[in-house]
Amino acid sequence: MTGYLFLTIIAFSLAAFLTGRAAARRFAAEGRSGRPAAHSVPAYHGAFVAIWVGIPALILALLWRAAEGPVIDRLLARALPPEMTAGLSPAALDLLLTEIHHVAEGRILAPASPGVIEAAARLAAWSRIGDVAMFVVVLALMLLGAWFACARLTPRFRARTRVEGALSGLMILCSGLALATTLGIIVSLVHEAVAFFRLVPPGEFLFGLVWEPQIATRPGQIAAEGAFGAVPVFLGTLLISAIAMAFAVPVGLLSAVYLHEYASPRFRRVAKPMLEILAGVPTVVYGFFAILVVAPAIRTTGTMMGLATSPNSALAAGLVIGGMIIPFISSLADDALRAVPRDLRDGSLAMGATPAETMTRVLLPAALPGIAGGILLALSRAIGETMIVVMAAGLIATMTLNPLDSVTTVTVQIVTTLVGDTAFDNPKTLAAFALGLVLFLVTLALNTIGVAIVRRYRETYE
Amino acid sequence: MNAPAPHRGGAAEARRRRRHRADRLLRLLGLGAISLALGLLGVLIATLVIGATPALTQTKLRVTFAISPELIDPADPGIGAYRLILRRGVAALLPEQPTTMAEWREIGGIVTGNTQFAIRDAVMADPSLIGRNLTLTVPVSDAYDQLGKGLTSRDTPPERRKLSDREIARFDALTARGAVSRPFNWELITRSNSRFPETAGLAGAIVGSFYMLLVCFVVSFPAGIAAAVWLEEFAPRNRLTDAVEVNINNLAAVPSIVFGLLGLSVLIGVFGLPRSTPLVGGLVLSLMTLPTIIIVTRAALRAVPRSIREAAHGVGASRHQVVLHHVLPLAMPGILTGTIIGLAHALGETAPLLLIGMNAFITDPPGGILEASTALPTQIFIWAGSAEHGFVSRTCAAILVLLGFLLAMNAVAIYLRQRLERKT
Amino acid sequence: MNQSFQTHVAPIGAAAAKISTRGVDVFYGPKQALFGVDLDIPRNQVTALIGPSGCGKSTFLRAINRMNDTIAGARVEGEILLDGENVYDPVLDVVELRARVGMVFQKPNPFPKSIFENVAYGPRIHGMARSRAELAEIVVRSLRRAGLFEEVKDRLDAPGTSLSGGQQQRLCIARAIATRPEVLLMDEPASALDPIATAVIEELIDELRANYTIVIVTHSMQQAARVSQRTAFFHLGRLIEDGPTAEIFSTPRRRQTEDYITGRSAAQRPGP
Repeated sequence: MTGYLFLTIIAFSLAAFLTGRAAARRFAAEGRSGRPAAHSVPAYHGAFVAIWVGIPALILALLWRAAEGPVIDRLLARALPPEMTAGLSPAALDLLLTEIHHVAEGRILAPASPGVIEAAARLAAWSRIGDVAMFVVVLALMLLGAWFACARLTPRFRARTRVEGALSGLMILCSGLALATTLGIIVSLVHEAVAFFRLVPPGEFLFGLVWEPQIATRPGQIAAEGAFGAVPVFLGTLLISAIAMAFAVPVGLLSAVYLHEYASPRFRRVAKPMLEILAGVPTVVYGFFAILVVAPAIRTTGTMMGLATSPNSALAAGLVIGGMIIPFISSLADDALRAVPRDLRDGSLAMGATPAETMTRVLLPAALPGIAGGILLALSRAIGETMIVVMAAGLIATMTLNPLDSVTTVTVQIVTTLVGDTAFDNPKTLAAFALGLVLFLVTLALNTIGVAIVRRYRETYE
Repeated sequence: MNAPAPHRGGAAEARRRRRHRADRLLRLLGLGAISLALGLLGVLIATLVIGATPALTQTKLRVTFAISPELIDPADPGIGAYRLILRRGVAALLPEQPTTMAEWREIGGIVTGNTQFAIRDAVMADPSLIGRNLTLTVPVSDAYDQLGKGLTSRDTPPERRKLSDREIARFDALTARGAVSRPFNWELITRSNSRFPETAGLAGAIVGSFYMLLVCFVVSFPAGIAAAVWLEEFAPRNRLTDAVEVNINNLAAVPSIVFGLLGLSVLIGVFGLPRSTPLVGGLVLSLMTLPTIIIVTRAALRAVPRSIREAAHGVGASRHQVVLHHVLPLAMPGILTGTIIGLAHALGETAPLLLIGMNAFITDPPGGILEASTALPTQIFIWAGSAEHGFVSRTCAAILVLLGFLLAMNAVAIYLRQRLERKT
Repeated sequence: MNQSFQTHVAPIGAAAAKISTRGVDVFYGPKQALFGVDLDIPRNQVTALIGPSGCGKSTFLRAINRMNDTIAGARVEGEILLDGENVYDPVLDVVELRARVGMVFQKPNPFPKSIFENVAYGPRIHGMARSRAELAEIVVRSLRRAGLFEEVKDRLDAPGTSLSGGQQQRLCIARAIATRPEVLLMDEPASALDPIATAVIEELIDELRANYTIVIVTHSMQQAARVSQRTAFFHLGRLIEDGPTAEIFSTPRRRQTEDYITGRSAAQRPGP
C-alpha cells in the first residue's frame, strides 16, 4: 500500500514536471514573436510545479505513516473490553496488542481468544480505512499543490530562483543530518543514562568494584546490591587496549620506519597495498581468527609453561586487536614521517649520520607529535572495538591485570546486555546506555585531541 | 685545534662499526615488524582458505524412499509417518537390519534432520508419489560429513568421537554400496540459515546484506553529496559551519557500536521501525557511511580546477548551475570511488547490527527491506558461535565470500580511480 | 700522480689538490645530468662553482659527499678522489666520508632541537667528546667559529628554528664544522638570506679557508669573485672551464664563460 502511494507521488510529480514545462514552453515560443522572453528556461518551471506537487505530499505521507500506528493502537486499546485489559501492566498490554497485530496479519502462533480475534478484525478494518483516507488526502494535497504552482507560472516568474532555493534548502537539511546524528547519539545516550542513574547512583557506577548485571531481575535489588560498579569493566577495557597498543605501536612504528627509510620502492609498492588489505578486513573476521587460532595457541603455550590460562584470555583479544590496528598506526606514522621536510633528513645524512641515527635522532623526534596524535586515534579504535572482544574476550567482569585471565570490556557488556529482546525500563538495558555514554565521551575526547595534534603538527611543516 | 678531526683510524673505525651494527639492527627490526604484519595477513588468509576447503563439498546419500500408502493419511498427505519412511529408506541400503529402537534412531540420524520434511514436501507437491518410490540425494548429518571428508580420525578413542564403531561401520557399508557422493556444495550460497550445518547456507545473509547496502546507498549517497556540495560550494564560513565540519570528522571516528545504540533507541525505540530488518540496518549503516561520503565528496569537489567554475560563471550560469552542470560531473568519479569504499566498509560492519537484532535465526531470504533478515557479517558471527564442527568450515567459507565481495568492490573503486587519473 | 689526466685545467700542484674528479657522469634515472667532469680542487682554498640554473653544479657538489645516493634512481660514474681515494669505492664507508666532507645547504635546515643540540649532533654521533664538558667546549668553539656565539650564548636551549634566517644558516655552518671535517661543501649558502646576513656568511667563509677546503656553489658572480680563489664554470652538465678566479673573470678562455659572466644569454649568442 505504502509502496503504491509513493509510486503515485512520483508519477504525479513527473506529470507535474511535464505540465509545467509544457506551459512554460508555450510562453517561451510566444517570446520569440517579439514579447519579452521568459526569465527561466521551461525545465525550471516544470521543476517548480513538481516540487509543489511532490514535496508536501511526501512529507504528509511520511508523517501519516509515522502517526497512524500509535493512533490506531491507542484506539484499539481503548476499544478492548474492560475485562481484557483490567489489571494489565503497560508491557503486558503491549504484548496483547502485538498478538492482535499478528492475528490481523494472519500469523497465528497459538489459538487466539475470541476477544483478540474480534479486536484483530477491528484493527484490519481501521487499517484499511486509514490507508484509503491517507490515499485520498495525499491525492487532494497534490492536486492543490499543482493548482497553486500552475497559477503562478508567467513568463516573468523567477522559477529558477525558486527551484534553486528549494535545492539549497534540501542541501542545508542534508548538512544538518550529520549534526542531527551526533545530537541523536548524545540525546539518546544521555536520556537512557539519566534513567539508569535514577536507579543506580553515578558514584556507584563509576567507582563500584562489582559488576554483575545478570542478577538484577527486579529494580529494587540492584541499588542495594551494588552490582553495577563498572570499574572492573573499565579495567578490562584498559587491560585489553594496553595489550593491543603494546603490540601494535612498536610493530606499526617499526613497519613505518622500514617502509620510509629502508625499503626499496618495489617492496613499498607491494607492502603498502597489502597493509591496506589488512586494514580493510572486517573485525568479525579478526574475531573468528582470535577464537580459531590465537586463543587456542596462547592457551596451549600457557599450559605448556605451567601457567593457568583462560580460554578467552585478555592476551588473545588484545593481540588480535593489536594486529588489526597495526596498519592504522603504520600508515599514520608513515604520513607523519613523510611530512618531515627532506632537508632535515639530508642535513643529518650529510653530517655522516647513519640512516638509523637520522631516524631516531632527527626524523622520529620531528614526527613525534604527528605520531602521538595517530596513537591516540588508534587507542580510541582499540577501546571502541567490539566484535573481536565480543567473540574472544570474556563475559564476567573480574578485577585483574593478569593478561592470561579472562576479562570483559565496555563494548562486550553493551552487546551482551542488549542482544535479544530488550525492555527500556530494565536497569540492565539502561546500564548498556550508561556504558555507551562513557565509551562515546572517552573516544570523542581521544579523537578530538588526536585530530587537533595531528592537524597542528601538519601545519608546522606546511 | 681547528685541524680536521681524526675521522679515520682505529678508534673511529671501531666506533663506526658499532654504529653500522646499530643501523643494521634497526633495519632488521623494521623488516621483522613489517614481516610480522604481512605474515599475520598471510596466516589469516591461509587459515581461512584451509579452513574453508571442507565446506566446498558436502557428503550426500542417495536414498530411495518407499512411499507406502498405509503410512500416509489419504485425506491430507501432510500427515504421515514420514520419519518411519525415512528410516526404512536408509535401512534398506544397509546389510543388517536394525533391531532395537536405538539402532533405528541411529539410522535415521545418518541423514540431515530436515530430510523427513523434504520427503513430506515432495509428497504434498505431488500426491501421485504415494505408493511409488521417491529417490532423493540428501546431505548426511554433520558427524558423518566430517567422517566422509576424513576430518574425524577413526583412530580417536570411541569415547572421544561422536560416532561409535557401529555407526562408522554402517557408513562404510553405505560408501561401499556407492550410495555416498560428495558433490560441490552449491547449497552454501543457494540455501539460507539452518540449525544443521550440512544444510546451512548464505542466501538469506547475502540478500539481507544486499538490501541493507541498497538502503545505505539510497540514503547516504544523495544526502552525502548534497551536504558536501553545500559545505564546499555554498556555505558561508561561520561558527555554525565550522561546528558542522568538526562534527563530521568526529562522527567518522565514533565507535560503530555507538551507532548501534542510536539505531536501537531512536530508530526502533522512538520511530518504531521493525527490528532485525534491512531497513533499520541500512539506515544505521548510512548514518555511519555519511561522514565518509561527505569527506570524499568534498575532496573530489576541491580537486576540480577553479578555472572551470570561472568559465561557467563567465557565460552567465547561476551558482547552482555551475555546480550541477560542471563541477559535480567532473568530481563524480572521485565521489563514486569514495562511496564504493565506504559501502565496502559498511558491508563488513557487524557490531551495530547485533544491537538492532540482525543476528536472529532466520531460515528464509527476506522478501524486502521490511522483513527480518540477517547479514553476511552477522551470519559469520552466528556460525562462529555455533558448536557443531561443520560450522567451522562454513564460517571460513562465509568469510571468504564476504572478503570476495569486499575485494570486488575495492577492485571496482581502484579501476574507477585509475580511469579518473588517466583522464586528468 | 694525477697530472697526466689534466687536460684543459690550469695546473695546480697535485699535492695541493684535495679533491680530483675524473670523468664524472651523473644520471637521474634515464636522464644524464653531468657529462665527464674533470676538476681538481685545491687544499685550503675556496673553489666557486658557477653557471646557469640546471647546469649541474649542485649535482656535482652532491656527488662529492655522495648525497646523490639518497635520491632514488641516481647513479654516478667516473672517479672522485679525496686525497687520492675514490669516494665511490665500494669498501669506502659513506658515513666516514660524510664526516670528513661537511655540507651546508641552500635553505637553512636546523633540526627541530635546541641550538646546543643542533651543534652537538655531529660530535655526539661520531663520538668526538668524552664528557659533557668536552662536548660543550666543542659546541661553544664551533658557534664562535661560525660567528654566532655572541648572539646566542644566553639561549643555547632555545630551538634552532627560532633564529633568524641568517643566524640559522650560521648555525648550520657551526653544525657542519663541529665535526671538524676536511672539506666543506656549500650549496648556495646565502641565496635565502638578506644582504647583511650574506656579508656575514661571506666573511665567515673567508676565515674558514685557513682550515678547510671549501667548495661553494653560487648563483652570484659577485659572490664568487669576492670569496673564491678558484672558479669553475658549468654549462648544460659540462665543465666549461676552471682556473684562478681573477683569470676567469678577467680573461675567460671560452666564449660561453664570457657570455655568462658578462650577462649575455645563450640565446643571443651566435652559433659556434
